[in-house]
This record gives sequence, structure tokens and C-alpha cells, in this order.
Amino acid sequence: MNNPKFDGLSCPVPITAFDTVQLAHGAGGSLSSELIDKMIVPRFSNSILDKLEDHAVLNMPAGRLAFSTDTFVVSPLFFPGGDIGDLAVNGTVNDVAMSGAKPLYLSVGLVLEEGLPLETLHRVLLSMEKAAAKAGVAIVTGDTKVVNRGACDQMFINTSGVGVIPEGVNTSASNLAAGDAIIISGTLADHGMAVMTTREGMSFESRVESDSAPLNELVDAILGVCPEVKALRDPTRGGLATTLNEFAASSKVGIQLQESAIPVRPDTFAACELLGIDPLYVANEGKLCAIVPQAKADAVLDAIRTVEFGENAKIIGQVTDSRPGTVTMLTELGAERIVDMPVGQQLPRIC
Amino acid sequence: MRYLSEYRDPKVARALIEKIKSTITQPWTIMEICGGQTHSIIRNGIDQLLPKEIELVHGPGCPVCVTPLEMIDRALAIAEKPNVIFTSFGDMLRVPGSHDDLFTVKSRGADVRMVYSPLESVKIAQENPDKEVVFFAVGFETTAPGNAMAIKHAYDNGITNFSEIVSHVLVPPAMEVILGSPDNRVQGFLAAGHVCTVQGWGEYVPIAEKYNVPIVPTGFEPVDLLEGILCCIEKLEASENGIENKYLRVVQEFGNPAARAVVEDVFNKCDQKWRGIGNIPGSGFAISEKYAAYDATTKFDVGNITAEEPEACISGLVLQGVKKPHECEAFGKECTPMHPLGATMVSSEGACAAYYKYQRREL
Repeated sequence: MNNPKFDGLSCPVPITAFDTVQLAHGAGGSLSSELIDKMIVPRFSNSILDKLEDHAVLNMPAGRLAFSTDTFVVSPLFFPGGDIGDLAVNGTVNDVAMSGAKPLYLSVGLVLEEGLPLETLHRVLLSMEKAAAKAGVAIVTGDTKVVNRGACDQMFINTSGVGVIPEGVNTSASNLAAGDAIIISGTLADHGMAVMTTREGMSFESRVESDSAPLNELVDAILGVCPEVKALRDPTRGGLATTLNEFAASSKVGIQLQESAIPVRPDTFAACELLGIDPLYVANEGKLCAIVPQAKADAVLDAIRTVEFGENAKIIGQVTDSRPGTVTMLTELGAERIVDMPVGQQLPRIC
Repeated sequence: MRYLSEYRDPKVARALIEKIKSTITQPWTIMEICGGQTHSIIRNGIDQLLPKEIELVHGPGCPVCVTPLEMIDRALAIAEKPNVIFTSFGDMLRVPGSHDDLFTVKSRGADVRMVYSPLESVKIAQENPDKEVVFFAVGFETTAPGNAMAIKHAYDNGITNFSEIVSHVLVPPAMEVILGSPDNRVQGFLAAGHVCTVQGWGEYVPIAEKYNVPIVPTGFEPVDLLEGILCCIEKLEASENGIENKYLRVVQEFGNPAARAVVEDVFNKCDQKWRGIGNIPGSGFAISEKYAAYDATTKFDVGNITAEEPEACISGLVLQGVKKPHECEAFGKECTPMHPLGATMVSSEGACAAYYKYQRREL
């Protein structure tokens, strides 16, 4: 490496024989070992991972296990408010947490494109390290593959995670009943708009930042006051509209939202307006939607608001017994419209 | 003053609705020209809140919807050529031609990219001098200045690997087709705010006089739309025709002179086919002789590709305001946004798609 670059005042890119990823880095030989020993293990070091076996041996507390996997292919790798690394950790932490579980362990699979600067990989690994520490999970096993240039877009990351569900907690999309309250933990559409406005061809001045964040503390707070929470979901791809349509279909109930209660940051809203995109259909990476019995709605809201990432939580609607399977919105003018499942991806409109 | 939130104030909107109710004495049919207005009306539920005497019919102002099938087929043919980077606004990517759409062509290996501005395409051309970069220049008067500016910018900078496939449409000739039709029911118009921003409201004066209709340019927010509707109703009730501009914060009589100048430099008016409607004389733009080298249709020799539309759908009647989307037998059954039979179900601004998306799904 000619000129090692530094990330802040610590953690420089480790000095290795190459400054970009080579096919040999994935071939299992000495370069593979160097990549793993110098770049990866120091980032995630813990007593389980450090054994460097082909598997992790886990001590699990008693109870039901929640298990989830997700693959991250975001482009660009770095965007305002986050990058593929923290997204990969938070995404799986959140999917596990939505079962009510406390996420404990993650695996990480890296697919690297030949020629990827090691400095880029280092930045992503640092970000994963930080995100795992923040979420309180240990990365205990992993795998690295290198593919020919052009076979992937810089890097893909798969993470899988496990956690233990507390006794008595049972979240499911099919649990909803008329009268339940719908709570969102904060503003919508920040992640999707942050990524979209930094993509090639879409560049315009914008201060929208991704909301990428772990949600397990929020889940803890909710379960603390309402262990009987009906459903939890982090509305990622497809946005809140997709999540609520899935809830309404699974539980065979209607859902009515109040347009005036839906929280969207002004800059995110402006970006949505400019591109003709509805924030309800845009991805979030640090928000959860909780369905709770009406009697617990205020207590849950207060609990969420005391936790980091939950300050802007709101009650945005309720479950009804009319029009089962349908999500509707009471507009600010007092009319009602359907909030349908999205068709394909959201596309910026012409004018 | 933020120019948006004031125009979404529910209190002001409700007061306008009350005023409309107290003004109206008989049934009136008003057309909003622009798909963006249709979308806003349905999204906010304005049509549900108006007195039943007012029928809003949805006009042809959705650029995606009215782009003729053969232009999409031509775009697809160009996109599939080797060495081409094909660029387009986002919502044209999903519009089906006779067989495919741009997404399908992309999945087969074509280099199809979404851009937010046509100038981004020129930049891509500069960055890829060994490729031909083509922009799909569709739209009404609103997008014409940007599309014209991209060609002028390429010309001024000697960029020769950029061209546009142009399918522009103009509002006034389409209004004349609607008003001149024996089936016409439209008695007043909400003119499209952004089209008027570019061209000015002056060009609607002869139409208002010839057909004795009120024409009210207005914007897209609930208060804009309701002010426009109120003004239109007041004029109809008083048997007045003429223009009254209700989008004062952006629209002027002669529009945007700089934008008009670049459009006049780069484009000439031409006859234009509209999807669902047919040929309308003088209703489109073609690239002028000076900039002929930037015309992708001739550059890639796709002018001989033609296509006829399937007869199954009534989108032509919907676009002219003769029928409502849910009056179509295929609506919500064979024809959905996932499997659109016709243009108006394709774009989010299309009347059928707006009906499907926001309220008229269950019949």
C-alpha cells in the first residue's frame, strides 16, 4: 500500500501487500488469511469469532429463537447518514428485533468485487464494527468471497442474525384487531430519499440523511410497558404503505391513517415532492411500526419517545373492522382515500 | 412565505369548499387539464368534498400517457442498439410499447439509465465519448425548455454523441380537439399551472373567445385547485368566458421569455400523434433544422417503426373527458397498474391509475 489512509486519528487501513482486492484474496491461501487476520478479525474481535473455526459455537439463553437473514446491495455504498456496513448490521438486528427478540449474534458474508480499494472495505468494516457495538450484538462467524470485476457492484454483504424472544411475547402480522393503535417511531422516507438523491443521474442539492439505526432498544422499551404488543415491523423496502397493507391482509382488518399525523421531515418531504414520490412508499432503515392495544397506546408512545431514535414517534392511525384488507387515509381535508400496495419501484415523474 | 404549506391549509380549503357550495346553482362540468392536478384532486379527496353539481373530468395532460406507442417502440429499438446509453425520466421506464418496456430491455443487457434532468444526459455523453447517449425527450410545454436546453448545450459545446428522441405535445391544440368534438361536455377548464408558467396564459385567450369558455390557470395544491374551481364556477354562473389567472405566484401572461426563446430556437411545431387520441395538427415539437444532427429518430433510422394501438381500452375517451376510468369494463379487472391495457393506467398521473390507486378500486 503506497499511502495508507487514515480514518480519523485511529484505525488506519492495515498495511497489506495490495491496495485493492485481488481474486487471490478469496482463494483461501495466504492472501485470504492476511485479509481476514489484518482487516476483518480486528474489527469484530470477540471470543467466539477469534477461534476462527468454520462455525460459531453459541451459548444461548433458554427460550424461542428468532432467526433472520438479509442481503445488502445498496448503490452507492456510502450515502448521507450511513453506508452499506451499518445498513447490513442494523437491517438484520432490526429484522430479528421485530419478533420481540433481543438480537445476540450475527454472521457476515462479504462478496467483494476484484479491484475494490481496500480502503473502501476498511471504511465499511469500521462502520459495521461501530454499528454492532451500538446494537450490542457480536459478529461471530463469516465468509469472504471475491468475484471477477463486473460480477458485482463493488461489494455485497449478507448478514444473518439470531436472538431470543422473551417469554409471552408474540408479535405477528396476523394479530391485529379493530381498535388497536398504529404507532410509527419517527419520520418516514429518510433512508430511501437519501439514497435516491445521491444516485448517479439524480444529483441535486439535498440535506436528506438516511435514518439507518438499530431498533432493539426501542423494542425493549415497548415490551417494558406492553409485552402484549400485537405486531412490530420495520418498514424498509416498499415503505410504511407496504407494511400496513401486509398487516391488513394478514389480519383481515381495515387500517385507517390520519394524514395530518404522518411525520415526515421537511427536507425529506421537499425531495419527495420534487421527484413526485409518496413518502409512504419509501424505504426506512431506522423506524418501526408498532401495533398495540388502544389502552396501551399512550404508554407505548411515551416509552418510545424516551429512547434514542424514537423522539419523533407518533400515533398515526387505528385498526378498524371496516373494509378488511384495505388501508385508507383520512386526508387533511377530511376525505378518505385508499393507500394501496405499490406497483414496482417508485419512479421519479417527468414534471 | 414558503409557497406550499399555505396552499395546503385545510381551514382555507374548507372555507373555499363552502364558498363553492354557496355559489353554485346548477350542474357544471369542468376539466382539469393536467395529470398532476388530477392526481392531487384524487389524492386529497377534493372530488368527494365538492357539491354534486360539479363534475370534474380529467384531461389529457399526462405526458407519459399520451406518448404514442410507436415512439416507445422506437425508443426501445434505439436502447437495444450496441454502444448506446439510453437515458430517460423515471416514469417512462415502465411504459409498455407494443411488446416490451425499457426495464425489460435493460434486463436483456441494454444500458438504460434514469436521469432527473436532460442536462445529466449531456454530462453522461461528455463522460462517455465513445458511446452514443440518447435522451427520451417527452412531455408537454413544461419539459420542453429543459429538453431544448440540453440540445443547445450539446451544440454549443461541440458534443456530437448526444441526441434526443423527441415526442413533445402541446396543450392548446388538444383543448381545441376536446372543445370541437361533438361529444364535448366540458364547460370550463383549469389550465395546467406549469405549462402556463412556461408559455404564459396569453395563448389561451383565443380559445376562450372562440369556444366561449372560462379558462383558469391554477396550481396543484388543494387551495390552488379549489380557488381555480371556485373562479371557474363563478364565471360559469355569470355566463362569462375568458382567462383568469389563479396561479399568480408563478404564471404570467407571456410566460418565461428565456424558456420560450430556447424552445423556439431548438424546436419547430409539427403534427403529433397522441396515444389514445390520434393525430392532432400542430400539437407537437420537432427538432429544427439547425439542430437536426441531434435528432435520434434520424440518427438511428427508426422513423419507419410504426404501431397501432390495441382497441381494447377506452383511454382515448378518458383522456378527452368523455368517459370516467371506472366506466371502462376492463378497469380494475383485466387492466391494473401491474398489467395496464392502456396509457392512462400506466403513469401515476394517468386518470385510471389515480382512480385505481386512491379510491375507485372497489366497484
